[in-house]
Amino acid sequence: MGLDDNLAQEAGQNTADEAIKVTDLHKSFGTLEVLKGVSLTAQKGDVVAIIGGSGSGKSTLLRCINFLETPTSGTITVSGEDVEMRADGSPANRRQLERIRTRLAMVFQAFNLWTHRTLLENVIEVPVYVLKMPRAEAIKKAKVLLDRVGLGDKAETFPSFLSGGQQQRAAIARALAVDPSVMLFDEPTSALDPELVGEVLTVIRDLAAEGRTMLLVTHEMKFAREVATHIIYLYEGRIEEQGPPDAVFGNPKSPRLQQFLKTVGW
Amino acid sequence: MELLSLSPPGWGGNLLRGLVNSLQIALGAFGMGLVIGLFGAYGKLYGGVVIRDLLGIYTTVIRAVPELVLILILYYVGTDLINKASEAMGYGRVEISGVVAGIWVLGIVQGAYSTEILRGAIQAVPKGQMEAARAYGMPAFLVMRRVTIPAMMSFAVPGLANLWLIATKDTALLAIVGFSELTLETKQAAASTRAYFTFFLAAGALYLIVTLLSGVVFGRIEKWARRGQPSLRTGQSR
Repeated sequence: MGLDDNLAQEAGQNTADEAIKVTDLHKSFGTLEVLKGVSLTAQKGDVVAIIGGSGSGKSTLLRCINFLETPTSGTITVSGEDVEMRADGSPANRRQLERIRTRLAMVFQAFNLWTHRTLLENVIEVPVYVLKMPRAEAIKKAKVLLDRVGLGDKAETFPSFLSGGQQQRAAIARALAVDPSVMLFDEPTSALDPELVGEVLTVIRDLAAEGRTMLLVTHEMKFAREVATHIIYLYEGRIEEQGPPDAVFGNPKSPRLQQFLKTVGW
Repeated sequence: MELLSLSPPGWGGNLLRGLVNSLQIALGAFGMGLVIGLFGAYGKLYGGVVIRDLLGIYTTVIRAVPELVLILILYYVGTDLINKASEAMGYGRVEISGVVAGIWVLGIVQGAYSTEILRGAIQAVPKGQMEAARAYGMPAFLVMRRVTIPAMMSFAVPGLANLWLIATKDTALLAIVGFSELTLETKQAAASTRAYFTFFLAAGALYLIVTLLSGVVFGRIEKWARRGQPSLRTGQSR
């Protein structure tokens, strides 16, 4: 009895601050099993960086969290709420999933700004059409956000006329416009020319500093060490090693991680 | 020239009435084709096996059979079926308006071509556009309305412009079932006055005017649909 109470209390405390919890996540594409049972938890304000080689499953992991990929099995919990799933892993409740998705803002490797809309239109799109915010209010907020990412003067410009770095900063403004509980960054700088990487990392660094909860899939090891509160190293669909940045980067235990860090020139 | 004057004994008025009928049918058929095409394209892309197969049969058959034959089949079979149904329900034979029949027949033909044009256009939209919309919690219909359809427009407009011009000219085929559109009116005027050259030249001019005006309208639509995309020319010189 006492033990049960303790457990319940502990669970209650944990879920209150828990932004994302992934439990025993599996994902197969046909016969290829990409994720072989991954569990992770991000508390509010955590910045979890997910690193790993090509094909390790890190992008798939991120995309399973908002069900852009349908998991094969496992559970996803967002702010204490389990995403309802059928036995085959597909979402069981469209409405619930759509509601949860509005709290998870994703920033894509290829930006994926809507090309037929200006930056301002991109940023107000979800607040106005999904969250039903009054248009005037959304525009006011969008302008502040575009200013914040240094694109205040580009509000009326279409994405195709901007550099990759500018597009990605606009995509971050679009993500912030929904007041997300968790931001999902899927290799946000991998498609950028080297000289443009810095401007995007600066924006993300600021967001980390103000206590935003983030899951960040990245190849920027230095950056991961600097901003993350927790590092996860994925190897062939499993968490091979994880811990605080200084431990993972300063004193890697797994030979595979040591090898990986060597190949990326750490 | 008096032959073309708008009031009798001139036949100009008849020609213009024929033109209005033709345009009415073309517009109706094109619109109906777009609706069929949108459902058809989505069905072919996202539908189950049964829907995909049925749509495959529809587009293949319609595009395989000459339009003139299709018009004869759909017109006579269609009116016959409607009459049979109406008699079976005890209403007796119904008079089917030529415009409605024409829209139906050509609309079904247009729908098959629209389906393929729109399917191609939807597939040409980068996957990330729809993915971003889904990732931010947009329901499927909203994704279609706010992202897929506007984004595919620039790919679809040139093909749809073609289809519209074909629709305006296909109305001439309805002459064979006795519908008084521009071509039939022209033929009657020419036969009554023996001024074949004058009237068919006039009809040709009317079709040309329609085409030129359509070109202007579709030019505008295409410019709007391509907003946000750098033009290929300036792209080169940059």
